[in-house]
Amino acid sequence: MTHLPLGQQLLDTCAALLLLLSFAMLSQRRVVTLVNLYAVQGAVLAAATLLLAWRTGEEHLYVSAALTLVLKVAFLPWLLHRLIRRLGVYWDTEPLLKVSGTMLVGLVIVVFAFSLAQPITRLASTDTRSAIGIAVSVVLLAFLMMITRRKAMSQVVGFLSMENGVFFGAMSASYGMPMVVELGVALDVLVAVLVLGVFFFQIRERFDSLDLHHLETLKERD
Amino acid sequence: MLWLPHPVITTSPSLLTGCVALLCGWVLVGLAGLLRPGSVRFAGRTLFTLGAVLGLGLAALAGASLLSGGIERLTLPVGLPELPLHLRLDPLSSLFLLLLGASSFGISVFAGGYFREGEGALPGLLCLQYHLFLASMGGVLLANDAYGFLVAWEVMALSSYFLVTTQHRIPEIRRAGFLYLLMAHVGALCLLLCFGVLQGGSWLFTFHAMRAAHLSPGWAAVAFLLALVGFGAKAGLVPLHVWLPEAHPAAPSPVSALMSGVMLKTAVYGMLRVGLDLLGRPVWWWGLAPLILGLFTVFYGVLFAAVQTDMKRLLAYSSVENIGIVFAGIGLTIVFAGSGMKAVAALALLATLYHCLNHSFMKSLLFLGTGSVLHATGERNLGRLGGLIHRMPWVAWLTLIGTLAIAGLPPLNGFVSEWLLLQSFLFAGRLPHPFVNLLIPMGMALLVLAAALAGYVMVKFYGIIFLGQPREASLVRAHDCGLLERFGLLWLALGCLALGLFPLQVIRALGAVTGQLIGAVVPQGSPHWWLLAPVPARPVSYGPLVFLTATVAVVLLTALVVRLTYRQRVRRGPAWDCGFGAVTARMQDTAEGFGQPIRHLFQPFFEIERELPEPADREPRYRIAIRERIWRLIYEPISGAVGRLANTAARVQQGRISVYLLYSFATLLLLLAVALIS
Repeated sequence: MTHLPLGQQLLDTCAALLLLLSFAMLSQRRVVTLVNLYAVQGAVLAAATLLLAWRTGEEHLYVSAALTLVLKVAFLPWLLHRLIRRLGVYWDTEPLLKVSGTMLVGLVIVVFAFSLAQPITRLASTDTRSAIGIAVSVVLLAFLMMITRRKAMSQVVGFLSMENGVFFGAMSASYGMPMVVELGVALDVLVAVLVLGVFFFQIRERFDSLDLHHLETLKERD
Repeated sequence: MLWLPHPVITTSPSLLTGCVALLCGWVLVGLAGLLRPGSVRFAGRTLFTLGAVLGLGLAALAGASLLSGGIERLTLPVGLPELPLHLRLDPLSSLFLLLLGASSFGISVFAGGYFREGEGALPGLLCLQYHLFLASMGGVLLANDAYGFLVAWEVMALSSYFLVTTQHRIPEIRRAGFLYLLMAHVGALCLLLCFGVLQGGSWLFTFHAMRAAHLSPGWAAVAFLLALVGFGAKAGLVPLHVWLPEAHPAAPSPVSALMSGVMLKTAVYGMLRVGLDLLGRPVWWWGLAPLILGLFTVFYGVLFAAVQTDMKRLLAYSSVENIGIVFAGIGLTIVFAGSGMKAVAALALLATLYHCLNHSFMKSLLFLGTGSVLHATGERNLGRLGGLIHRMPWVAWLTLIGTLAIAGLPPLNGFVSEWLLLQSFLFAGRLPHPFVNLLIPMGMALLVLAAALAGYVMVKFYGIIFLGQPREASLVRAHDCGLLERFGLLWLALGCLALGLFPLQVIRALGAVTGQLIGAVVPQGSPHWWLLAPVPARPVSYGPLVFLTATVAVVLLTALVVRLTYRQRVRRGPAWDCGFGAVTARMQDTAEGFGQPIRHLFQPFFEIERELPEPADREPRYRIAIRERIWRLIYEPISGAVGRLANTAARVQQGRISVYLLYSFATLLLLLAVALIS
């Protein structure tokens, strides 16, 4: 058995934690906990970025880590918590698919993601290439979460978590995207959450609920 | 036979530059309408008259180009990066530009006096749409690459759509506009595919490359068929004509005149351009499709024209009939040209082109005449008109010229082209194909029947509107049209007369076009300048001036004799009333009554819905609604199938966000899996 360097081991741990957190979010029905899990995921992501920055010496990764910390660990969770309090949505209703079923589907997706990541892993030249499979899994699991939830709030968290996966994927495949792209994506996420916040109020005002099945009437024919 | 040398290609495109400048002028005039959109004086009178003058200039330039017979090319640095705008002025496009300029002059002058204060749309907006329409038609005629052609074609369709839906607050007009737009796009789609086939693998979309492309016989036939459907939908070939009787009555009259008189001819131009120019040597049996469809269209159009009660619908069906004549001529040209009979092909093509010119003048004249009647009375229904010759003498007498011309009576222009076409039909017996040489002369019999029925239709049209007694009391207040309108009508009527009286000069000018497309011109078989004898082998000739002189002389002589014989002994008394006591206007023949024999004879063609009055009704009204069977046979099944298909597709729209997310998720997974496997 080969001994990996300590930094590498720590990075792999972070990646594993990210995947575990994704599964935790997939099974979690309390919206408040979901946001907390999202914050933890952000923190792990920030830690991984910091670790990578320290190992590779890429300076822009420090900025990325700081950005992640400020945006995904502090600001967005705070914003979401505030929204939850003001809208009074603490629980999601029963998901469309039973939690156990969702977990099984999630397992299949992770297997698929790893087999998908194999060719990329072979091509990538970074130390962190083994984590690409995890990044793809995080993206797909977040997508799965968006599909199975009824409440708009959970879907927003799923959307944000998906962005985490993309970020992690870019980091592990090529030590992060160019600074401009990263800043752009961060801004996008911020604006998206702000706009969605406005939408929440509109939806609630219109339907007296944030349950998305009310929107099903908005189609052209029955 | 006179063989023309290869057309001269001039290096300095002076005439073409002038034409382009005039088209830009039209666009500018249209845009100027937006400066003071509400003003009828500025946008209506001034700008439309200015546009008319530009039209006259265009006609002059095109005429000069037609007489010189040269070809001019120009490439403008606008358009797609790889494909700048190619323009070309050759005899064929010159002829149709001449038609556009000359007809639009009369129509624009008329339109200058036509638009009144407070009638629906803003005059400035109409001015913009109208002049864009004119300029885009010019663009279609000048384009020398498929891209420019299709862009101009679409601008033409869209601007005319907005003109048709000028009174868009009326639901029927919106429906008519939609139908028009739909058919225009079905046609445009066929043209797009047609040009796709024509480029023949070179992926060059200039017409020059298309002429040089070598298509296999199968693909060439496909291209020809696509062009026939595409241009046929625009021209109004049965069964693609359904938009025509809806859109023409919906539009304001100058627009109807422009659409019927000029726009339909751009489709004919396109058919000639693709069929005889871009495809190179046509195969003879291709011509059978336009010939058969054309003959059927002639017959169908005239039958429906005979039973209409709305004057503009009647004219629209008459346009369908005339387009049928033109397409039959195109078909005949291709059959002859493909069989190596160039001289006869030139004769058939000549008749076709001549008929385009004629129809453009006479149908514009008639549509403008109905516009004046509509303005004076507010009535389009023939059943509420009558006796207008006393109140609107200018309109009535000028319209009479158009009516006689379209009925095909000598010495007017309609006769010349139909006569020439029939002459060329007589040669079909010499075709080297069995059966076909027997069947085509039968088609001629159909054409002759249709010509007779067209006369019947025109008697109905004119007699019911202008002759007899007014059928409504309000008609007493009808007034004659204004000065500008009179001038527009007069111009078109003079055009009909000139085309009828000087056929030799017209034929000589058209020689450049037949020379370009067929490689032969129609010879002048007679040494006299006033006698038309297009077929040297046969002793047939026609002298319109002689005919006119004889007619006038007979009329004058009769008048003189009557006057001399019955001088001072003329007694004026009431007309004999058959013993009824009081003859009222309601005892006159109605539009329905006049069309009844036709309706009865050709009943299988119509879908008739009658509404009979009660026996005790003191004021009985008889109402009849006639629909085309084509709707039930072709269009309703198609629209039903489209609706069902759309309903099936609508199941995708579930309304649930989860399902939509699932769609993207599944797509993502699928694409990833494809990437993984490959």
